[in-house]
Amino acid sequence: MRQTILSISNLSKTFGGVVATDDLSLDVEQGELHAIIGPNGAGKTTLIAQLSGEIFPDNGRILFQNKNITMLPPFKRSHLGIARSFQITSLMQGMDVIDNVALATQANDGHAYKFWKPARDDRDLRQSAIDALKEVGLEGREFEKVQNLSHGEHRQLEIAMALATQPHLLLLDEPMAGMGTEEGDKILKILQKLKKRKTILLIEHDMDVVFALADRITVLVYGRAIASGSPQSIKTDERVREAYLGTEGDLNC
Amino acid sequence: MRNLLTRKSFNFAFIISVGLLALLPLYVEMTGDDFYLDLANRLMILAIAAVSLNLILGHGGMISFGHAAYLGIGAYSVGIPAYYEIYDGLFQIITAVFVSGVFALLTGAVSLRTKGVYFIMITMAFTQMAFFGIVSIEEYGGDDGLVIDTRSTFGNFFDLEDTVTLYYFVFVSLLISLFIVKRIMESRFGMVISGSKSNERRMQSIGYNTYRYKLVCYVLSGCLCGYAGALLGNFTNFISPEMMDWTASGELIFMVLLGGSGALLGPLWGAASFVLLEEWLSSITTYWHFFFGALLILVVLFARGGIDGLLSKIGLSK
Repeated sequence: MRQTILSISNLSKTFGGVVATDDLSLDVEQGELHAIIGPNGAGKTTLIAQLSGEIFPDNGRILFQNKNITMLPPFKRSHLGIARSFQITSLMQGMDVIDNVALATQANDGHAYKFWKPARDDRDLRQSAIDALKEVGLEGREFEKVQNLSHGEHRQLEIAMALATQPHLLLLDEPMAGMGTEEGDKILKILQKLKKRKTILLIEHDMDVVFALADRITVLVYGRAIASGSPQSIKTDERVREAYLGTEGDLNC
Repeated sequence: MRNLLTRKSFNFAFIISVGLLALLPLYVEMTGDDFYLDLANRLMILAIAAVSLNLILGHGGMISFGHAAYLGIGAYSVGIPAYYEIYDGLFQIITAVFVSGVFALLTGAVSLRTKGVYFIMITMAFTQMAFFGIVSIEEYGGDDGLVIDTRSTFGNFFDLEDTVTLYYFVFVSLLISLFIVKRIMESRFGMVISGSKSNERRMQSIGYNTYRYKLVCYVLSGCLCGYAGALLGNFTNFISPEMMDWTASGELIFMVLLGGSGALLGPLWGAASFVLLEEWLSSITTYWHFFFGALLILVVLFARGGIDGLLSKIGLSK
């Protein structure tokens, strides 16, 4: 019997007249990869923002490991074990790749108010950063400046930073955004490895990726979950076909 | 892996500058012309103030337009005790650093809730309040300021009455300030400050309460500038509210930008250029401010790294 790690109930958020999240309830279970799909404007990124604490919902409740986190700011959620990656690459430009990851590591070992010892001489810190970089295939690129990386490598670093905080739950916002096939395959392999040991909430446009990875899929339309279930059941769900693909069509197209 | 990080190279510009500053009193001794001693003294004190501003402005991305407040607080922390015939340097310096820290904590706690141009304006507003606060206290001279008849003394060890003693006291203070800021910026705390300047949103997302870190940085910077103010009070022997005028804050920003914001030694180059150019230009023309402005525009447009950037390009710095 799997445990629920994240429980969202009756979440609502409107911007002016636009309903971005509409009475949304869903659960993420320990160890699963739960994918959220939906057409553009379905409120996927708004949902991630509410889960990570960048915006607060108008109504509803978010429980993480049975703790109410609905109104907690991002840094506190990070300490509880929620990490996110960004759809639009969000890194510390001007710093080295390894410094980016080391910052994520030191954020959660609780000793950031150290004013005197050089951070770059801290072997443990460096080692965990290097480990996280290895995990996403960025070994050898540690001392490159962030702005000199390719787009694909930026996406890999996005994931490495989220991983380096040692999260219990990973929120991945379109990790494949803007990637070519080859680069995309790389990320896919990383995610396949990752899903074996992490609980992941994945937002992704690429249907091949979603169906290759997901244990469970929730379909979001206009901020509402219209269906939730195994990839197989989603593939054959009438409502999903209608909402997502129009009346005629096939999810694999 | 370590080699890549600790690649050491000599910083010629810095070694030459420090050498010149260290030997200047000898030159003055020989020629008896102590004009240059005063010039270099002022230069170094302003350099410490600029180093402190660079900590928040250059490293932390917090553009304070009110940093002169701490120069004033520091100077008055020497002047007001001296008014009551308390000349103990340790007491004066501790007061300067402590009051500056408290002022930074209170104003920073409010200012750092804002961003961008609002932050600039609110820091300036707080300094104007301090300015008018001092002006309104008639006891300490109000508008006219206050003469410090005796400089700080440190028990029976030494006092700053002798200009050369004061000079070396300031010289060592400058070196220690640079060392402290270097250590801070390379520490875990410093990494968080750099990260917050680069991408505050991501820093929050990976678990940092960036507001608190920035506030601590703001207070450290205020303390260091308060210390510079205490030196300035000793140096000028005269203090007035003018020291915390908004133009004085502007001049500190000028030094940081001119020298290279975010570079460890930038403020040193900036303060040196500022003091020397001011001396030279004002002896040629009364419109020297005009040329200052033009220079700043050129640096901002064509040399974003400031003087430090230019020096590294030709291999003299870093």
